[in-house]
Amino acid sequence: MITGIHTIHKPTSSKVVLPFYAYAALSLLVSTLLLCNSPEAFTGHHFNPRTLAITHAMALGWGTMMILGASHQLVPVLTESPLYSHKLAVVSFYLAAIGIPLIVYGFFAFELGWPALAGGILVNASIAVYVFNLVSGINGSKKENIHAIFMLTAALWLFATTIIGLLLVINFTSPILPKDSLHYLSLHAHLGIVGWFLLLVIGVASRLLPMFLISKYSNNRLLWIIFGAINIALISFVFVHLNNFSNVYFFIPGIALALSLASFAYYCRMAFIHRIRKAVDEPMKISLLSVLMMLLPVLFLLCLPFLLVTGEAPNRIIMAYGVSIFFGWLTAIIFGMTFKTVPFIVWNKFYHSRSGMGKTPNPKDLFSVPVFNGMGIFYLFGFVGFITGILFINTILIRISAISLLLAAVLYNWNVFHLLFHNPNRGKPAI
Amino acid sequence: MNIISNNHMKATIALAALEAVIDPEIGLNVVDLGLIYQIDFSEEDKEIFVSMTLTTQFCPMGESITDGVKQCLETTFGDMQVKVNLVFDPPWNYERISDSGKAFLNRP
Repeated sequence: MITGIHTIHKPTSSKVVLPFYAYAALSLLVSTLLLCNSPEAFTGHHFNPRTLAITHAMALGWGTMMILGASHQLVPVLTESPLYSHKLAVVSFYLAAIGIPLIVYGFFAFELGWPALAGGILVNASIAVYVFNLVSGINGSKKENIHAIFMLTAALWLFATTIIGLLLVINFTSPILPKDSLHYLSLHAHLGIVGWFLLLVIGVASRLLPMFLISKYSNNRLLWIIFGAINIALISFVFVHLNNFSNVYFFIPGIALALSLASFAYYCRMAFIHRIRKAVDEPMKISLLSVLMMLLPVLFLLCLPFLLVTGEAPNRIIMAYGVSIFFGWLTAIIFGMTFKTVPFIVWNKFYHSRSGMGKTPNPKDLFSVPVFNGMGIFYLFGFVGFITGILFINTILIRISAISLLLAAVLYNWNVFHLLFHNPNRGKPAI
Repeated sequence: MNIISNNHMKATIALAALEAVIDPEIGLNVVDLGLIYQIDFSEEDKEIFVSMTLTTQFCPMGESITDGVKQCLETTFGDMQVKVNLVFDPPWNYERISDSGKAFLNRP
């Protein structure tokens, strides 16, 4: 018996979300240019102007702007309620778009006065607007949804991260915290990496991966365990850090985090095994590869407490840990998911009205697969080489790998802007 | 694939036409995917009622697919209005895919 009639919630307008994607793509290009310009910065201490600038360009300009765009797009389908306000989403974009270059410039030139401060205030305002928009939309949602809870909690951790970031910037010039800013750096970084990026990526990917694979697998109980383990890891990390407990206690968040990642890897494996569609396209391959790439920072992370206990925390391990997150796992999942989401946004924009009326191109035909494959090759070569260069303190390898990552970013931008400027009369890309 | 209808002849014409409506992500048409549950015709009111589902309740292309079904049937039966009801009870499952659809999805 057929029962219950549902209404479809329209996806958020492409005019709102596409600027986020375009900004993120350009930020990756800028980040890799900075990388080529500063290879020697990756052989020294992680706390230096160049690495801070590149990290913030990657974390805010690339990762956060991309995820903000995707989450504005996915809110209606994940929460079954429309985005509360399109205007607020646009406001959030402009505040961040102006604020991020100021922060990156502030770090790059090490002018932690007004540029970094103004940038920090603008980014915080942007995130506050985003959180308000998200909470207001989810409040209108009729039923509990684990993916929406992941998204909302991640947004709150992001806000905590940016608030702490702003306090750290102020603390550089006018000490307001009990200790110097370097002391709080790992707190700020991990709230962002685990609280924002990991929580949100798992929340969204746990919905999208089975959906794109057309998998019969679903396990909300496991997702709740993952959600709990990540939040326990974060809260215990904050507690241990702020109370200056012995480094040995960092094993607690480390184990909780490892449990959550292993559980997510298991979830993805089961979704893959139980997929109905056997063929796996290139964007899905790189997305699934990113799940494996999560294990690399975990490996470095699990090394760190041992090294801290013995009083040694080689800077190259910390550097490789950070690079494996921003240029590894995060970049790989974004590379994959960009070409599973943007083509559909563009397709909806141009071909929605022609649906069922005749032949239309497939969304996957709107970008160039050879360019995507070239990007993947340059990216993997660049990433592996960069990590190896850091671990063996080899500036030449770091420089060559940075150029390879730059080429990957160029090809990524080529495909993204080819999609964004899609002309329905032109059809398939020339390449 | 069981499709309920109060007019099997017209339903056959409708299903043949709906093979042109493709799920853009999967690349398979809505009939072979088993998304269509019921097609009823009201000759008096000149209306067609379609009950259909999606492979997932969160499908971002859902609106495009349901609009495609509406537009396709309005083109096929020019004088009739089409009303599409989206339902998730019973939920879609693998068994609803036709044999040719399964063969398409099983391609490596």
